[in-house]
Amino acid sequence: MSPTRVPVVDGWFSSEGGEFRLLGTGCRGCGAVYFPREDVFCRAPGCAGSELAEVPLSRRGRVWSYTDGRYRPPVPYPSGPEGEWRPYTLIAVELAAERMVVLGQGAPGVTVADLAVGMEVEVVPGVLGEEGGRTLTTWHWRPVAGEAS
Amino acid sequence: MTGEVAVLGAGMHPWGKWGRGFVEYGTKAARAALADAGLEWSAIQSVVGANTVRCGYPGQVAGATFARALGWQGARVTSVYAACASGARAIDTARAQILAGMADTVLVVGSDAAPKGFFAPAGGERPDDPDWLRFRVLGATNPAYFALWARRRMAMYGDTAEDFARVKVKNAAAGAANPYARYRSPVTAEEVAASPVVADPLRLLDICATSDGAAALVLGSMETARRLGVSRPVRIRAVSSVSPSHPRTALDLPDIATDSAPPGSPASDPFRPSIARAAYEEAGLGPEDLSLAEVYDLSTALELEWYEDLGLCEPGEGAKLLREGATALGGRIPVNPSGGLASFGEAVPAQAIAQVCELTQQLRGQAGERQVAGASAGITVNQGLFGHGSSVVAVR
Repeated sequence: MSPTRVPVVDGWFSSEGGEFRLLGTGCRGCGAVYFPREDVFCRAPGCAGSELAEVPLSRRGRVWSYTDGRYRPPVPYPSGPEGEWRPYTLIAVELAAERMVVLGQGAPGVTVADLAVGMEVEVVPGVLGEEGGRTLTTWHWRPVAGEAS
Repeated sequence: MTGEVAVLGAGMHPWGKWGRGFVEYGTKAARAALADAGLEWSAIQSVVGANTVRCGYPGQVAGATFARALGWQGARVTSVYAACASGARAIDTARAQILAGMADTVLVVGSDAAPKGFFAPAGGERPDDPDWLRFRVLGATNPAYFALWARRRMAMYGDTAEDFARVKVKNAAAGAANPYARYRSPVTAEEVAASPVVADPLRLLDICATSDGAAALVLGSMETARRLGVSRPVRIRAVSSVSPSHPRTALDLPDIATDSAPPGSPASDPFRPSIARAAYEEAGLGPEDLSLAEVYDLSTALELEWYEDLGLCEPGEGAKLLREGATALGGRIPVNPSGGLASFGEAVPAQAIAQVCELTQQLRGQAGERQVAGASAGITVNQGLFGHGSSVVAVR
């Protein structure tokens, strides 16, 4: 039996309708968008809003910066000392419509050598790791075809 | 200007990996600061401790912890937490008490015994904590964020790995002359280049270590300094205390994403430059008046960013300033003459206090081989998680 797949955090991304998207929230008062989602109060200083609706974020953005992790991060990263260690790429992506930068891991096989600041990338579903017999799912950034450097 | 306070005493415990407790380090630093001030412990009216993270009380009530270790004598106690800015916030608290007339003599102490390797969040399952989340969901360590900024500098300004290595070489040379520094050997560019990559483009020797260490100050009113016969004390002229402006659109620890900005709206004031600007305004001086600066070189690349954020040069020209030798000992505006975090490593609640200890030594002309000739004004700048920014200006 294959392990159960669970999101590493509930409510941050969805594949409903077949299209994978990060889910933020938007303030009905001022339009500010939040990721990770803010469900209680708008954080814009001039806004007293408390009505926030779920909004899917842009699927694509441009690389703001990137790096990788060559050493195993500490807990609570789901990679116990006994488990297999795979270095990962981290990509900070600026979404044009929301004008926000969202950090995520690169898709498997994407290394820093494949990236450049300003390159277009898209969000895709991915796996963070295994933990307690479960597969933790997450989002990954992947260069848009034709953008490889 | 809101008024000055006098630095009556400064003391440190040498930094390193000593394997002992933070109370011992802090108490030794406090006693050194008291001795430097020529004051008995019983003459201290208030103790402000910079908290360290402990999964029990003593680190969280650092003021009382150090007061108890030094011997209960009835002083007011306060404890302050602001992550890496804790020490500066503790200094600010002490200064406010003095300027408000609540105390004439205040002891400020910061001390830590840091874990080996990456800093990690406190334990438990805490999905409402941004610091916990970034480790959990992304494995985004502190060096990962330093590397994102470093890589962006390379893309925006053409900085190179060799530029970053030059910062380490410069700070290691200064640290070799500092008896309180943990690392006291010169480092070459080749050694930086040969060290393993931790988070591309940063290598092990581009990133500051975690250390044990402690620093303490005795602050007093100007009237107290006169009464003690100190005719020309080092004076703290400003302690800035700012938080970011919304929308914050530059990704910073510990966040996974920035604020959004409505289409067409101007970007808000960037955070780091606002920290120094507030200090300059309060002190009534500017970057051209400085003799030296102590900045948080959590990574070599970040030191270059501080040059620009302090107004020592234009944005993008940090590496040029470094290459010219302006920020080295003997240069026009030495930065991190103490050796910086590159030579000390991080002992979180102590490091912003240690910066002011260095200013004190420099402004008194007691810095020995690393003395900045004729030092008359210095600035420190630091930043803690969750939007804490602080900068201290001291003059003599």
